[in-house]
Amino acid sequence: MKKWLPNMRFFSLFGLMALLLAGCGKPFVSTLQPAGEVADMQYSLMLLSTSIMVLVIIVVTILFVYVVVRFRRKAGDENTIPKQVEGSHKLEMIWTIIPILLLIILAVPTVSATFKLADVTPMEEETRDENALVINVTANLYWWEFEYPDHGVITAQELIVPTGERVYFNLLASDVKHSFWIPAVGGKMDTNTENVNKFWLEFDQQATENAGGLFYGKCAELCGPSHALMDFKVKPLPKEEFDQWISDMQNAEPFVPTSDLAAQGEQVFNQYNCIACHAIDTGEDRPTAPNLANFGERSSIAGRFEFTEENLKKWIKDPEQHKPGNKMTGTYDHENMTEEELDALAEYLMNLKVQN
Amino acid sequence: MHVEEKLTAETFPASPERATLEGKNKFLGFWLFLGGETVLFASLFATYLALRDQVNGGTPASELFELPIVFVATMLLLTSSLTSVYAMYHMKNFDFKKMQIWLGVTVLLGLAFLLLEIYEFYHYVHHYDHKITSSAFGSAFYTLVGTHGAHVTFGLFWIVTLMIRNSKRGLDLYNAPKFYIASLYWHFIDVVWIFIFTVVYLMGMVV
Amino acid sequence: MSTLTQKKGFGATVWDYLTTVDHKKIAILYLIAGGFFFILGGLEAMFIRIQLAIPDNNFISAGFYNEIMTMHGTTMIFLAAMPLLFALMNAVVPIQIGARDVAFPFLNSLGFWLFFFGGIFLNLSWFLGGAPDAGWTSYASLSLESPGHGIDFYALGLQISGIGTLIGGINFLVTIINMRAPGMTYMRMPLFTWSTFVASALILFAFPALTVGLALLMFDRLFGTGFFVPQMGGNTIIWEHLFWIFGHPEVYILVLPAFGVFSEILATFSRKRLFGYSSMVFATVLIGFLGFMVWAHHMFTTGLGPIANAIFAVATMAIAVPTGIKIFNWLLTMWGGQVRFTVPMLYAVAFIPSFTMGGVTGVMLAAAAADYQFHDTYFVVAHFHYVIVGGVVFGLLAGVTYWWPKMFGRMLDETLGKVTFWLFLIGFHLTFFIQHFLGLMGMPRRIFTFLPGQGFELGNLISTVGAFFMAISTLVLLVNIVKTSINGPKAEADAWGDGRTLEWAVASPAPEYNFKQTPLVRGLDALWVEKMAGKKGLTPAEPLGDIHMPNGSFLPFTISLGLFVASIGLIYQFDDKVWAIPVIFIGFLITFGSMFLRSVIDDHGYHIHKEELMDDDDKGVKA
Repeated sequence: MKKWLPNMRFFSLFGLMALLLAGCGKPFVSTLQPAGEVADMQYSLMLLSTSIMVLVIIVVTILFVYVVVRFRRKAGDENTIPKQVEGSHKLEMIWTIIPILLLIILAVPTVSATFKLADVTPMEEETRDENALVINVTANLYWWEFEYPDHGVITAQELIVPTGERVYFNLLASDVKHSFWIPAVGGKMDTNTENVNKFWLEFDQQATENAGGLFYGKCAELCGPSHALMDFKVKPLPKEEFDQWISDMQNAEPFVPTSDLAAQGEQVFNQYNCIACHAIDTGEDRPTAPNLANFGERSSIAGRFEFTEENLKKWIKDPEQHKPGNKMTGTYDHENMTEEELDALAEYLMNLKVQN
Repeated sequence: MHVEEKLTAETFPASPERATLEGKNKFLGFWLFLGGETVLFASLFATYLALRDQVNGGTPASELFELPIVFVATMLLLTSSLTSVYAMYHMKNFDFKKMQIWLGVTVLLGLAFLLLEIYEFYHYVHHYDHKITSSAFGSAFYTLVGTHGAHVTFGLFWIVTLMIRNSKRGLDLYNAPKFYIASLYWHFIDVVWIFIFTVVYLMGMVV
Repeated sequence: MSTLTQKKGFGATVWDYLTTVDHKKIAILYLIAGGFFFILGGLEAMFIRIQLAIPDNNFISAGFYNEIMTMHGTTMIFLAAMPLLFALMNAVVPIQIGARDVAFPFLNSLGFWLFFFGGIFLNLSWFLGGAPDAGWTSYASLSLESPGHGIDFYALGLQISGIGTLIGGINFLVTIINMRAPGMTYMRMPLFTWSTFVASALILFAFPALTVGLALLMFDRLFGTGFFVPQMGGNTIIWEHLFWIFGHPEVYILVLPAFGVFSEILATFSRKRLFGYSSMVFATVLIGFLGFMVWAHHMFTTGLGPIANAIFAVATMAIAVPTGIKIFNWLLTMWGGQVRFTVPMLYAVAFIPSFTMGGVTGVMLAAAAADYQFHDTYFVVAHFHYVIVGGVVFGLLAGVTYWWPKMFGRMLDETLGKVTFWLFLIGFHLTFFIQHFLGLMGMPRRIFTFLPGQGFELGNLISTVGAFFMAISTLVLLVNIVKTSINGPKAEADAWGDGRTLEWAVASPAPEYNFKQTPLVRGLDALWVEKMAGKKGLTPAEPLGDIHMPNGSFLPFTISLGLFVASIGLIYQFDDKVWAIPVIFIGFLITFGSMFLRSVIDDHGYHIHKEELMDDDDKGVKA
């Protein structure tokens, strides 16, 4: 892909296009500011196809404007009968063959990129590359689970990945079909209900820094009322920091509350039976609800609010209002939760951390 | 020629089903309809092929199917297709009585086929607990074969209605196309069954 | 029976339309019903745009948004665009080929009533516990999960109206093959007839796949089968395949007739024959054929693997070639012509660049690897609205204004028409152009709200403003219709003065038998040929004689009504309602009883006698 890209830059149109489009959107969510190998490849293809298509539009528009202006019926021409032209084989050949050529120019890189993006040999069992990082993604009604099977680590809602290497994903949905998409980093792939889909992404260090260290991930397949709110965050880290995080997760001790309020919060957590759905151990897989082992290190609440205590309490108090159709509503008596209980619970949750 | 003309064996045209514009339209329209039906069954076949191994812990196809019954049913339906050809032969010869007789035979054979199919389904449900709700295989099997069965049922009602309605007045150019397309429909059902026999039953025994 | 329209009481008129088998009256029924659903779908669109005008909006709730969004798509495709196209086909095609009627007048009426009851049934869901909410594609895992009966209304409603469409398709195929006037060879057929022909063939082969898909969905939901239930071994991808095997050809079913409309209008108002007629026909057939080979491009992200994705990508790109041929042929039709900018011509002219935009983004979407980014974003929303509004809706507005005088005998107001046109054109581009960029900037489709701070605010606001332009434009159109039906100028036979095809040779509106004498067609653009030969009317192919006409019938209405009733029972038997089973039986009894009656009661039609036809002449009705 990269090989032909510089050649294409000769086309001024192409360069202009790149300039125009790059101004669009926010770096943490826009496909026009690619932040990795996959997004790069797709962006190049987008630019190529857009250029060809703009070329087509320009040709059509010039012809169109000329025809519409030049051949309007003028006063005095009411009875003029123009020559009844049957057609022109020469012209018809031209506008058949040129589009075919243009399409071939587009089709070749398309096919090549399609195969490159589907290359998941390092994660296949027979050809497994031991160094390749594999992450199992499970999409659930309005939240995401990320499992690092080689490391026995599970987290939710916030995907932590190393930069500068290909990361491989197994994608599956637990209830209805969703689609896993990190716009700035690469195209999406569906999480089906019956089979595991596989693909890879690469996260660029520089682009991560430009985007403020955090990318937005989205669900791109209608999945119910809160489809729009099924966001997740992606935090790419340099390799060493990522390794450190993994080892922190692996070695995390069971959380011991350090303040009275947090201890009280732990009681509330158990009293309202939150523990029945939410795991608080880094290695534990509970398909019912997000794992909270490192909740205190997240950057958002419920995928949609800024990470503040105020928002956390707002969410626990009335989840239905903020994420209609979610599976947490009604599993505990949120209406009768007292302010004290909420305060304590929030304090406890905000302190669930594995890193110091 | 006109629809309401009274005809004799001599004046009756060679292709009575296409002698009038209405007849021609019916003839073509019905062929096109069968084209659509082909897509319908093709979709059901594709679904069946995709799901036939998904037995969900139930009995797999190779241990389930009662091939002797199915074979007899197949023969019955194939024969009924042949008898409907005889009926059409007599229609073209303006021999109303013989046409009715052969149509009657066709209906009886079709009915026998249907009864065997009902027995077959009953057998699967009661001896193997193989139901439409037990697995994706069960759903796909009963839907495909059942849709065919529904077509047979509809065809039987159709032919019987035509026979009774016209029993008194004999053949004319108004009802000849009706008989003809009913027999066309019957052939189509037969062809679909041959595919079901091959794809569902024979291939089910092999794998 | 007289052939002249007499003043009738209101009741008699209603009964006339309930029982009519006349293709011209059925066209009016399609137009009214399709227009009603178009306005309904438009209102739903306004709800969507108001909700999305600002971030984190609370105008409507999340669940209700999904219902609105689903019904907007479903209504616009199945209940507005298709019937409105059927309205034009019914009004025009039989006359264009010099026929007195369609091949199956009874089935024509049945097709309409099935569509109508299916549409009403689908919309009943609003009042009976909520509309379907899984998108117009109704992907299986979500549609099985969806609570209430919304999806059941979707499955059964579309099933009923789908059968109606299938019947309509077969009817037009047979009509065009068997009922052409002498001399009307295939290569002399007007392009609108050609595109109707190809679209009908697509209907015939595409709709059964939807029928099966909907049936399986209904079985899974109502009877507990396991087609799409992974726990039972089922597979939801089957639904995606079945839906798109239907769904992609559906796009061409909609857009090809619109292409036909434009081909007629561009030739007429350029006063030139269509440039490259035979390559236009060829391109139409080729698009129809390729339309069946590309369905999986809607499933690039489903995980079909790179081989399937690459094949479908290249196949999809191939469709751009015949489409491009058409665009250039249209431009060259105007080249050297005498272009007159009437309202229909304005739509046709505006269509060319608008649709080109939609076409080229289609090629971009075909590039599988890049589509992983476009898929299910607002880029796709922008693309298909450019195709369906820029192509189909422009085509409908153009076609309806063009043939309005032929259907109703009165001209629409040109000034109001131009106001409608400009408002619609501006509104359309304002609404949808910006959505390309919203998609590229990371906005997924089908979201009931978006959170602030992602850069989506401005684009969405612009889009909403554009939607209001389109809404106002529709109101102006309605005003135009009301105003001109009260005091609009009466239309001539050749209402626009530049007519080229047979429909402009008969009176506006056409008499119920269309042609007193079947015309002899002597070339492409049959009327133009006669005009250039200096003749006033058509050359007859037969002496004046009695005309055979079909009888009206109430049975199409009751057959459809029966299915409507049975469907209500089918849905509620699921809730163990005691009355449900009897209702199912009553419904099917009505349907099959009516079919039985149709089968056993002879219907030979009636004749309009020669003498009456002569009388018509005296009263000044020209044929």
